[in-house]
Amino acid sequence: MSSVRLLVGTKKGAFVLTADGKRKDWIISQPHFPGWELYHLKGSPVNPDRIYASQTSGWFGQVLQRSDDGGLTWNPISNKLLYDGVPGTHQWYDGTPHPWEFKRVWHLEPSLTDADTVFAGAEDAALFKSTDAGQSWTELSGLRTNATAPGWMPGAGGMCLHTVILDKANPDRIVIAISAAGAFRSDDAGATWKPINKGLHSAFLPNPEAPVGHCVHHIAMNPAKPDTLFMQKHWHVMRSDDAGDNWTKVSGNLPTDFGFVIDTHAHEPETVFVVPIKSDSEHFPLDGKLQVFRSKSGGNEWEPMTRGLPQANCYVNVLRDAMAVDHLDDCGVYFGTTGGQVYCSPDGGETWQSVAENLPGVLSVEVQTLG
Amino acid sequence: MPNIRIELPLHLRRLAAISGYEASIDVAAPATITSTLDALEARYPMLEGTIRDHVTRKRRDFLRFFVCGEDWSFGRNDDPLPTAILEGKEPLIVLGAIAGG
Repeated sequence: MSSVRLLVGTKKGAFVLTADGKRKDWIISQPHFPGWELYHLKGSPVNPDRIYASQTSGWFGQVLQRSDDGGLTWNPISNKLLYDGVPGTHQWYDGTPHPWEFKRVWHLEPSLTDADTVFAGAEDAALFKSTDAGQSWTELSGLRTNATAPGWMPGAGGMCLHTVILDKANPDRIVIAISAAGAFRSDDAGATWKPINKGLHSAFLPNPEAPVGHCVHHIAMNPAKPDTLFMQKHWHVMRSDDAGDNWTKVSGNLPTDFGFVIDTHAHEPETVFVVPIKSDSEHFPLDGKLQVFRSKSGGNEWEPMTRGLPQANCYVNVLRDAMAVDHLDDCGVYFGTTGGQVYCSPDGGETWQSVAENLPGVLSVEVQTLG
Repeated sequence: MPNIRIELPLHLRRLAAISGYEASIDVAAPATITSTLDALEARYPMLEGTIRDHVTRKRRDFLRFFVCGEDWSFGRNDDPLPTAILEGKEPLIVLGAIAGG
């Protein structure tokens, strides 16, 4: 029988949650790496028992871990993610040049075809790759040395590379996003990169349509339609049908189009989920009501999906990597909150149930569909 | 070769699977904080980068080094460690700042 495994990264450890295909009764593990911030965990699509985890701390820096038994036991792997050559400078908040400084790994993206290959998106923005299951890392430095890089500026959360999208149909293609530089694409396996921000409008920029400088919060892609990308920008929900070359706004009837997460349905490439957040000054849901909005038309027309979610006095946030979908026939949707709740919809957003209520603040949620 | 006791914060002991409060490491003379940490990292590679930055080799901001009750965190990494440390009567203490939520 099918089952699912949720990988939840929190501000104070990682949790592995398991359920059968009904997704009703959940077993929650003891905390892994208690006391550490777990920015992200993700399993290999090739070997689901192999899971990579980013463990960080303001005291002890970056640690990376790997499990080869589905998250039961873990072993540290190399944390030596070194910038290639002498790192240059990017723009600091005050506009002055600031040297690149490694801080942490925000996102781990295992290869779609090789369990030993994994990508790591880092702050300050850079993309690293390991082909030996994390025993060593190499920077794909063509990104950081892109001609636009000296003008990149950190967002409020740091200059983080937080989104890595691989395309099984086009193994040389990688799409990444950086706050607050924007989205970038490589069509040569990470050797060279180009900004893909045409159509984005960011009112805070001197030139709102600048090629870079946009605070992209997250990007989602359904593998069945890899040229179609959906973006939750700082403000605005965007859509591209040419792999990011051009974007159009699809916020439509959303009550607010600020937010962090965005994801697509596993089987319906035009079905998209977002969690609107009141504003960039007030990072909680509108009117204290936690609402997932779903579009079944690829944007513009959105409907609130609230059955089972708190509809009063709810003032949590849902961070950019804290939503995921499973691949069961009835697509499950999951998200975690800064209040430590994890919610599951076993029916594509129609109804929601609480999976965990009192975890530390959730930084990331991934799900593995097993069996 | 002196055998030096190193007291580590809980999180680093867990990371390196060190039982008890301390690691115990043989360090070639003349032992210093730098050479002791080099030996510690050679024995426990998972600690590389957690006490000192990989590139700059500087102490992480929220850690301090204490030697026989004195703060040796600033500019004393290459001073010879005192006899009490070399003889194992006192540990070299790597102390994490008490901060955070």
